[in-house]
Amino acid sequence: MDIGIVGYGCYIPRLRISVDEIARVWGTDAESFKKGLIVEEKAVPEMDEDTITISVEAGRNALLRAGIDPKKIGAVYIGSESHPYAVKPSGTVVAEALGLGENIMVADFEFACKAGTAAMQCCYGLVKAREIEYGLAIGADTSQGRPGDALEYTAAAAAGAFVIGKDPLATLEGTHSYTTDTSDFWRREGEDYPSHGARFTGKPAYFKHVVSASKLLMEKLSLKPSDFNHIVFHMPNGKFPLTASKILGFKNEQIEQGFVVKRIGNPYSGSSPVGLCAILDAAKPGDRILMTSYGSGAGSDSFSFMVTDKILERRDRAKKTEDYIKNKKNIDYGVYVKLRRKLKI
Amino acid sequence: MPYKSSVPLFWRLKKSKYNLIGTKCNTCDKVFFPKKSLCPNCRRRGNLDDFQFSGKGKIVSFTVIRVPPEGFEKYAPYAAAIIELDEGARLSGQIVGDFSKVETGKPVRAVFRKINEDGNEGLINYGLKWELSE
Repeated sequence: MDIGIVGYGCYIPRLRISVDEIARVWGTDAESFKKGLIVEEKAVPEMDEDTITISVEAGRNALLRAGIDPKKIGAVYIGSESHPYAVKPSGTVVAEALGLGENIMVADFEFACKAGTAAMQCCYGLVKAREIEYGLAIGADTSQGRPGDALEYTAAAAAGAFVIGKDPLATLEGTHSYTTDTSDFWRREGEDYPSHGARFTGKPAYFKHVVSASKLLMEKLSLKPSDFNHIVFHMPNGKFPLTASKILGFKNEQIEQGFVVKRIGNPYSGSSPVGLCAILDAAKPGDRILMTSYGSGAGSDSFSFMVTDKILERRDRAKKTEDYIKNKKNIDYGVYVKLRRKLKI
Repeated sequence: MPYKSSVPLFWRLKKSKYNLIGTKCNTCDKVFFPKKSLCPNCRRRGNLDDFQFSGKGKIVSFTVIRVPPEGFEKYAPYAAAIIELDEGARLSGQIVGDFSKVETGKPVRAVFRKINEDGNEGLINYGLKWELSE
C-alpha cells in the first residue's frame, strides 16, 4: 500500500516586517536588497509564540486534514534550530497539546534548515517498517538574524506539519539525501545569533547540495524535470531556489506555486515544508511534486510526491497557506526589536 | 534552585490547559470547565465523563489590562475576557492581537501560546489564549 502525506498543515504568524523598514533603520539600499533577495517582507512571531506554539498550530491543521484519531500517531519529530529549551524536547509539549497520547516516540531534530524534512524521512521509514501506523513530522522555526546582518532581512518564523502514513493525499515515490561537511552557517552553543560564511553559502554549499540531491533522486526514480508539475526548494532568499531550478532545467512556472519566500521570508526548517503546503493547497490529483530542502553544515533531502485524489476531500478541512499569508499586520523596527528580545534591559 | 511558579501545579493542570478537556454530566447533559468531580445539579445522581470542547466560543465580557500582574508586563495592554464556549461552559482568558478590535459578542477560537515564563532559567508555561475568528 502507498505511503505518503495523509494530512498537511502550516502556520505563519500574523506579524510582518518589510525589507524597506529594516533598510530604513540600517541606512542600506532597500531596492537593491529587495531585488537581490527577492523578498518583500518576512513573518515575525508574537511575543507569546515560539517553535512549540507554531508547531502545535501547524500540527492541528495537519491532523484536521488527515481526519484520523490523534492517538494513532506513533511518533512525533520536530525539526528546528530554535527549540525553546536546550534540554526538554519541544515534542513532549506538542504531543500533549495535540492529544496524541502517551504511547509515542518523540525526539527533537536539528540539522539547520532541513531538520523538518529529516523528520519526514524518519516517519516514512517507521511507517514503511510497520513500526507505527502514522507519524507526525514538523519543520518549524522562529529564526534569529543578528541586527544589521544580511540574515536579518530574511530570518522569519513559520511551521509546516505532515502526517505520514498509508492512504495518502500525496504518495511519497522516493527520497534521497546528500550530505557533506561544509561549514557555511553555524551557531555555537549559548550564542544568540548564527554566523555564516557570506558568499561561501552559495556554490559549495546550497547549490552543490540542492542540485546533487535533486539530480540523484531523479536518476534513482528515472524521472526528468519535465515530469514534475511543481517544485519547491529551500528558500533562504528568492534568488537561490530560482538559480538552482535553472541549473536543474526546470521552468519558472514549476516553482511559482510554492514560492512563498517573497511574502514571508525564510522560516528556516519551515521554509520548504510551508512551500510544499502551498503547493498541496493548489495541486491536482496526478500532479508530481519535487521537494528539496537544504540545511547548512550541510545537506539536502529530496522527495518526489505524486498527488492522489484524496487531496480533493481533505484540502478544505483546514486553513490554507494563502489564508495565513494574507492575514497580516506590519510592524516597525522598534516593535520588532521588542518582540524579538533584541533589546537588553 | 527554587523557581517562582510551582512545577507540579502546572503539570497537574496541563491536560485542561492545553486541550480544553472538561467534564459532561450524562444525567443532565451540562458541560463544565474546568473539570468537576461532582455535578452541582444532579449531585449523587450525576454521572460525569471527560468532555473535549471544540475551542470555539464568543466573548461575554472583557476588560483591557493596562497595569498587568507580574510576568505579564510585556503583553500590556491586552484584553482579558470571559468566553462562553459553543458547548456552554464559561471561562476566562487572554485575547491575542489588537485589543481595540475586541467587542462583546464577537466569536473567538482557541490558540496555543506561551502563558508565562519563569525568568530565563525556569519553565515556559504554555496554554490556550483566544483569537478573534475572522
